[in-house]
This record gives sequence, structure tokens and C-alpha cells, in this order.
Amino acid sequence: MSRQDWPLFEVFIRAKSGLSHRHVGSLHAADSSMAIDHARDLYTRRGEGVSIWVIESKDICASDPAESTALFEPAEDKIYRHPTFYEVPDGVENL
Amino acid sequence: MYTQGLDQKADGGATAADDAARLEQFQRRVDAEEKIEPKDWMPEAYRKTLVRQISQHAHSEIVGMLPEGNWITRAPTLRRKAILLAKVQDEAGHGLYLYSAAETLGVSRDDLVDQLLTGKAKYSSIFNYPTLTWADVGAIGWLVDGAAIMNQIPLCRCSYGPYARAMVRVCKEESFHQRQGYEIMLMLCRGSAEQKRMAQDALNRWWWPALMMFGPGDAESKHSAQSMAWKIKRFSNDELRQKFVDVTVPQADHLGIKMPDPDLKWNEEEEHYEFGEIDWQEFFEVLAGNGPCNKERLAARQEAHSGGAWVREAAAAYAEKQSRRAAA
Repeated sequence: MSRQDWPLFEVFIRAKSGLSHRHVGSLHAADSSMAIDHARDLYTRRGEGVSIWVIESKDICASDPAESTALFEPAEDKIYRHPTFYEVPDGVENL
Repeated sequence: MYTQGLDQKADGGATAADDAARLEQFQRRVDAEEKIEPKDWMPEAYRKTLVRQISQHAHSEIVGMLPEGNWITRAPTLRRKAILLAKVQDEAGHGLYLYSAAETLGVSRDDLVDQLLTGKAKYSSIFNYPTLTWADVGAIGWLVDGAAIMNQIPLCRCSYGPYARAMVRVCKEESFHQRQGYEIMLMLCRGSAEQKRMAQDALNRWWWPALMMFGPGDAESKHSAQSMAWKIKRFSNDELRQKFVDVTVPQADHLGIKMPDPDLKWNEEEEHYEFGEIDWQEFFEVLAGNGPCNKERLAARQEAHSGGAWVREAAAAYAEKQSRRAAA
């Protein structure tokens, strides 16, 4: 069997102008322009997008789930970062 | 889209290497309906079970293009041809979403494709039946896609994130498949006596294989308990099959055609249809490679793959040349 060995790309689609691109999946292609063509056929067959980003999967740097506690736990007890933390007396408006 | 409980040997429990504490934590996450993502720790057996299920599912989509593709050039009208083309293209897309989901578990696309082409991998038994008339295209959309939807909707809540997300996309696209099939049946049943006979004949041939798509009965299905515990599977094969029968029989009544099952009858008390014995011998024969079209399907895939080799090679050579030029 001949091997394909095309790299894997991650695909991001902007559903309509005004929205950010969102990860929708991945695909294989020989290069980035073919990846965009394939993404058009694979992820926008029903008008799901107006813009496509592709990036080779190997170029994405990701956080390690094993470190998620160290990364994200410090935010959990800082409830004063949310507006609901503060007292607003009855009758005071526009705060 | 076509998944099937093929119920091959599951990969037992955890291996000794799997740390008991991590295993417990994993199960707690699953029990709490948290999704498991590719880089998260998971038991080796969970990974293997998913790779097998998702890749079989992907292979089924790809092979599933063949029986219907057989009718694209002979579709009765331009409208039907455009619809059938779109449907078959969707099946290709579904296969690709699923291969990508399987790859997040650390297997390569090329290995998965090789497994299909060398006959090592299984795919849904239903695609080893021939499409003899145009009515078969209707019956496939109505029954085969109908059964697939029944199987796939619970998979949208599967514990493995990439599989669940692929299934959401697939299910969204799938309902048109079932409706266009039913519409074909409807047109035939409203047509001449000969057309209606054609619809009945297609139902006769596809009904039992469609019921087999849910996999062996629960008593035979020894390995689904683990898949249930891992929340890969949400309902048993028999539960899903019963649900399918219950929703499909009234649809046949509306068409004015009959399921080829003399034992089919409504059970007032249980509010379910009772149906006859499935010929499991036939199911296992087809699965073992002895169905009417197994050899033809595999040969068609092999030919498509080897015939397309030069395109893949040319694209790779072109990409390499472009990147060399960009670097220079």
C-alpha cells in the first residue's frame, strides 16, 4: 500500500462575520492551500462558514492536562474578580 | 452514517500497569459526565475500545458510499441525482470526521486505511448487500440511515469528546438522508402497481439486515457492560433495535407496504411491537466475509486507493517543491 504521509491540519471556521474562528476538526492535506480546499469541502458543505484558518497540528502548542491544577486553580478563589462579589445597596443604580 | 455493534472481543479491564488510583479518578470523571479529551489520561483498554469502534464506524461510512454510489449515474431525475450525490458526499465527510477523531487517540490514518484495505478491519455488515433497484436507494435512506440515526444519537453524549463532537456534526447532517430515502419510497408507493411492488421488494430485502445493524442481542453481547460503564454506549443493542422497530412500522403503514415478518404484531400491554427471530447465522456469515458483496466492496476500495496513488504522490511532490522554493 502506498503511504499517504500528508500532514494533519487543524481547521478553524468563522461562521459569519463578527464571530471569531472556531475549531471544527482536522484533516490531512499535502500543504496548507490544499488543506483550505479540503476544509471547504469537508466542513462547509451547508454554508457553515465565511472564512477558514488552517494550521499544521504539530505547530500548535498546548497546555498539559497534568498541569491544569497549577495553571487554573489560582483563579478559582479570586471571586472578587467577578462583579457579583460586591454589595450594591437597594436603590443604587447604574453600577 | 452507520455505526454497528459488531461486538468483537472487548479489551478486558485495565492492565496491571494502569494505576488503580488513576483508574478510579477516571471513572469518577466519566460518572460525573465530564468529557475525556485526547491528552487526558485514560485506561489503555478504553483507548483501544474507542480506536476500534471509531475506526470501524469510519470504515462503514467509506464503504457505505459504494451501494448508493452504484445508482448515481442511473438516478431517475436530475433532482434525485443531485440529492444522491450530496448524500454520498456527506458519507465521505462522515468517514473523514471519524478518522480524525480516531487519530486523536494516537493511531495514524494510513494504518487505519491499511487495516480496511487488507481486510483486517470490520465495517457494518449492511453494506455487503447489493442495491438491485432504484427502490433500494430509498430503502437504504429510510431504514439504514434510520437505524444509524437511532444508534448515533446516543453517541453524541459519548464520554470521549472528539467522538461525541464528530457525532453531533454527523447527526445534524443525517436527518436529510433518512427523509430523502423515505420520500423515494413514498413516490414509488404512490406510483404504479409495479413501482409499489418495487418498494415492497426493497423493504423485503433490507428490513432484516437493517435490524442486524444494532448488533447481537443483549444476551450474546457480553462486552457491552464495560462500554456502558465508560459511557461510550448508552443503550443496549436490543433497546435500540426495539425503538427502531417501534418508530419504523407506522412509517411502513403509511406507505402501505409490509415488513417481511409474519410474527410482527403490536403488544398493547407493553406498547411495543413484537417481532420475529433474527437470522443471526446470516449476520455472522456476512461479518465473516461471506455476504453477497464483501469481496466486491473490498475490491472497489482497493482499486480506488491504488488508482488514486499517483494523485497523492503528485500532491506530495508538488508540496515539497513549493516548500523548497519558499525556503530558497
